[in-house]
Amino acid sequence: MTTFEKIQEIIVDQLDKEETEVQLSTNFREELEADSLDLFQIINDIEDEFDIKIESEEGLTTVEDLVKYVEGQIES
Amino acid sequence: MMDKTHVKIYSTGKYIPPHRVSNHDLTSWMDTSDEWIVKRTGIQSRYLSRGDNTSNLCIKAAHDVLEDSHIDADEIGLIIVATMSPDGQSPSVASKVQSAIQAGQAMAFDMNAACSGFVYALSTAEKILRHAPYGYALVLGGEVMSKEIDWTDRKTAVLFGDGAAGVLIGKTDEADQFISEDLHANGDKGKALTSGNRQVDNPLVQSDKSISYLTMDGREIFNFVTRSIPDSIHKVLNESRTDIEDIDYFLLHQANARIIEIIAKKLKRPLETFPMNIQNYGNTSAASLPILLDELAKEKKVLNGKKQKIILSAFGGGLTWGTLLLEIN
Repeated sequence: MTTFEKIQEIIVDQLDKEETEVQLSTNFREELEADSLDLFQIINDIEDEFDIKIESEEGLTTVEDLVKYVEGQIES
Repeated sequence: MMDKTHVKIYSTGKYIPPHRVSNHDLTSWMDTSDEWIVKRTGIQSRYLSRGDNTSNLCIKAAHDVLEDSHIDADEIGLIIVATMSPDGQSPSVASKVQSAIQAGQAMAFDMNAACSGFVYALSTAEKILRHAPYGYALVLGGEVMSKEIDWTDRKTAVLFGDGAAGVLIGKTDEADQFISEDLHANGDKGKALTSGNRQVDNPLVQSDKSISYLTMDGREIFNFVTRSIPDSIHKVLNESRTDIEDIDYFLLHQANARIIEIIAKKLKRPLETFPMNIQNYGNTSAASLPILLDELAKEKKVLNGKKQKIILSAFGGGLTWGTLLLEIN
């Protein structure tokens, strides 16, 4: 499973969306209507899944932002 | 070997200040909306003091507790008030309660573990009582959070409410109700929720004389709660070899309906077993669990003569958290 697929699965589960609704370019707030608590929960689950620490949710606007951030953390 | 002293809850009570403030009312004080507050917190209204301080609320709650108990105030040997918003540093709120209810034989003190205060105080009172010569202890949680809040900070101002409630516990020949517990603090994360800080100001050093308002790091608190509380509940269940399916009610600190829903989901238990009243009261800090307990008791959902297992679990500034497993009747 790719990083995107794992993150997609977490978002689908947390926000109760269809997989097709969660693509790389999808915007959390505008397209998924996620608020800050939704984002906290997604980040929380991603931190547990990948065993990484996401210091701030700022700048994480789209799914792609999150995937890139996570991949950067895994590499470092 | 002497048998362990058994302790049970005898009665509950509460006092809520009468002035109800809806989300709509808040919109005349700050830039917010009912929809925003309800979606993120589940809160629809809260009650705010029009001048009654924490001791006034606690005294009225104490009378309500005693009215239900048929116990004379002279039989109470211990009064603990959990609060992070006392009238002042001295006398304590508990001393004012002791005087007002004429509990002439009681020792009295306040305890501050922020929103976890009631769980901490109940656990402490139960242990003191087991070794004390007297039979009863009054444990209250009371807050006037509205005086701790920066009313220009809409992120925190919409969350909190005022109120007081408590329980009378005492020795019993019946089964012990306090089954297991798990209490913790993590001061490393203390900055995630701060309130009422004062700097040193004396003839040697001049500094800002003001007392700080409540501040909260939402994400830090969210992470802490959604990870620590499910773990804490599992610990008390494992310790007592209790199946999670046998818990009738999970009474969680009423800080945010969404957080309670997440915890219910993590524990894989139906939301109906997580009673909520945050929609009416907001977050009343140390008063939140005893207010909920008293409401459920008055609705005969708990403390109704039927054997039930309940969890009390709270979390808050410190950071502090704690869970009690009780088998009540």
